[in-house]
Amino acid sequence: MKQVQLSHGGGGEETNKLIHDLFYRHFKNDILIKAEDAAVLQTEGKIAFTTDSFTVSPLFFEGGDIGKLAVAGTVNDLAMMGAKPLYLSSAFMIEEGFPFEELERIVESMAAELEKSGAKIVCGDTKVVPRGSVDKLFINTAGIGQIMREGISSQTIHEGDVIIASRDIGRHGATVLMAREGLEVSADLGSDCETLWPAVEALIGDNISISALRDATRGGLAAVLNEWAENSGVCLEIEESAIRVSDEVQGICEMFGFEATDLANEGTFVAAVAPMHAAFAVSTLQRFGFCSDAAVIGRVTQQYPGKVVLHSAFGSRRFLDLPKGELLPRIC
Amino acid sequence: MSELKLKDLYDGFRDPATIRMLAAQIGEAAKALHEPLRIMEVCGGHTHTIMKYGLPQVLPDNIDFIHGPGCPVCIMPKERIDHAIALARMDDTILVTLGDMIRVPGSQSSLAVERAAGRDIRPLYTPMDALKIAKEHPDKKVIFFAIGFETTTPMTAALLHAAIAQKVTNLYFHINHVLVPPAIDAIMSDGQAKINAFIGPSHVSVITGAKIYAPLPQKYSTPVVVCGFEPVDVMQGILMAVRQQAEGRAELEIEYSRSVTMEGNVKAQQLIDMYLQPRSHFRWRGIGDIPDSALELKPEFAHLDAEKVFAEVLPTEPIDDHKLCICGTILKGLAKPMECKVFGTACTPNSPLGSCMVSSEGACNAYYRYAGVLG
Amino acid sequence: MCLSIPSKVVSVDREKNTAVVDTMGVKREAGLDLMEEGSVNVDDYVLIHIGFVMNKIDEEDALESLKVYHEILAKLDEEERSRVVLEDDNCENRGAP
Repeated sequence: MKQVQLSHGGGGEETNKLIHDLFYRHFKNDILIKAEDAAVLQTEGKIAFTTDSFTVSPLFFEGGDIGKLAVAGTVNDLAMMGAKPLYLSSAFMIEEGFPFEELERIVESMAAELEKSGAKIVCGDTKVVPRGSVDKLFINTAGIGQIMREGISSQTIHEGDVIIASRDIGRHGATVLMAREGLEVSADLGSDCETLWPAVEALIGDNISISALRDATRGGLAAVLNEWAENSGVCLEIEESAIRVSDEVQGICEMFGFEATDLANEGTFVAAVAPMHAAFAVSTLQRFGFCSDAAVIGRVTQQYPGKVVLHSAFGSRRFLDLPKGELLPRIC
Repeated sequence: MSELKLKDLYDGFRDPATIRMLAAQIGEAAKALHEPLRIMEVCGGHTHTIMKYGLPQVLPDNIDFIHGPGCPVCIMPKERIDHAIALARMDDTILVTLGDMIRVPGSQSSLAVERAAGRDIRPLYTPMDALKIAKEHPDKKVIFFAIGFETTTPMTAALLHAAIAQKVTNLYFHINHVLVPPAIDAIMSDGQAKINAFIGPSHVSVITGAKIYAPLPQKYSTPVVVCGFEPVDVMQGILMAVRQQAEGRAELEIEYSRSVTMEGNVKAQQLIDMYLQPRSHFRWRGIGDIPDSALELKPEFAHLDAEKVFAEVLPTEPIDDHKLCICGTILKGLAKPMECKVFGTACTPNSPLGSCMVSSEGACNAYYRYAGVLG
Repeated sequence: MCLSIPSKVVSVDREKNTAVVDTMGVKREAGLDLMEEGSVNVDDYVLIHIGFVMNKIDEEDALESLKVYHEILAKLDEEERSRVVLEDDNCENRGAP
């Protein structure tokens, strides 16, 4: 089996071969293959710029892999600012001995994910490090997008806005947890990992009045809602029964004592929209397979500014806490 | 409904309409109470349900909860957490324990901090993984830091049984299994506690049987209802306790009859008796020394007992909580968390001074996170 | 304390003395060391605690509890309906614009 060797990162012939045979072949576009020191980009108007590094264990999981994650994650960060994803960089940190065939699968998966938004990888970098320096493979991507709708911000959520969740929550966190070594569990469960731009583009195209968008990645729904409540100084009142959780995710939560609201997502987002557009926004989202479960989950008030309140279906209320520390299974 | 589905066991006992209906029934029944019902839910699992579902908000004012000492990490005195840390710091050692223990601070450090410093500390999903780890690392000492009440004890016994049968010689046990009835006695014994009803732990009782609470109703003239952890179970259990009190009865009743019998799991009890025996005393954080309130390995298994084998590295001095901490008083129902001078200031979930702030099942921790505005 | 979860037995391995149990679609192996030999069978409902089956859930008992709640709720619904009808009958403003 062909493996990545230190020489592949040495800058010489092997590096060139890796770049041409693998990265250029799959990411091919006019800007990239010019192979200049920096990509020269044409943009119009305001741009959004973001970066994220990706590490996940295992690298391949049900519904995705680290490559899909690395493209979707950065593209989604742009989309959440109302920006059309245009250009990405990608940097690979590869552990010596990493199977070539796996690297190719990951690169293929990145290329496939790029097609969903039309974004291009226009520059990149490859480092190969000695065994033990990184855990198999880390990927960093940075991205630039053209702002298609200005003013989307977690700071400007208004009293009266309606909160919409794009789908059921917790899938990515539950899937990765399940796939980890030592956890002998299996279920019909896959990560929600997905490029969200087409759905955001539709919301903008339909002239929905959007206050804020955010994908509920690490820290899950609980973290996003708490960040919003704090950043905008508002109270988010959420109907617990409106939050959708699949049976399998619920099963994992029962098993380890987790809350689905704390689990990571990679293709699930929350939108704060003007009340008069709520129903329209939901129906726009539902046109997309990965948002077919979109639903209103709550609204914005001034009841307890900076806090998220969960309402139970039998009339009690509690604060939804920010997830703390590492997720450890409870026996208690 | 003619056939039971697995989902019914979850959703059926969390059904909002049923909770509302039971709240109405409790409201009606509570009108006949002569004095407020101050229920101690002994078990942290019940505390969790009560706070997570906000049950006090749908109950009448004359029903009050006193959150008990039933959280195995909360009641662990600091010196024993220091034991875990001292063991983890030994050379060629892998310390394994259940997830709950990792974050709890001892006197100076925590297992999470030690792990970051390079010690090999691993949270387990099941104790049986300890055996796997011991076999994979024959050159290392693998130490299982065992925690938990009666529910979790038989799993430790099963691990002991398997390790001995399979002649695994590098797996050691540090036993911190504690018992519910002596803790209840310790809280009630001085006659000051304001508790006049008990909700008995669900899963402890699955193992021990409800029989362990049999002496309580007479001894303290209190109703005892063993009930499940789902909100419908807790509400039904409260209703049963309210009715007992209103009718002047003090009896042992089982609400959680789908899983709890008087006898319990006899095979599990036998397995425990085979390896473990009562410890003459154990210091409970927040309560103090309680005789016969915990278990230890029988003398014939001393060669597996980490407390004996590695005695020279283990600190022996007891470490008290801060003297401003009033956990003991809170556990007796004589004070509410907010009455403590350090509550929410010097004592917070991130740096707990006392046991009740340690985990989400402790009374102070639950008040800190949920109560403030919502009551 | 003591998180234990209702699950359904999918298969039993007598050799290894383990069972595969299903918790809402998530399957996992659990030890039968605490159960009398032969007492756990496919389709049984059990409680799982840290990787072990700790008891069998009494199916009839669970059904009975749920049935009682359903009946009370149904009766309440019925009463509520008659109350609404009664209020409507007594409504003074009947026919008012």
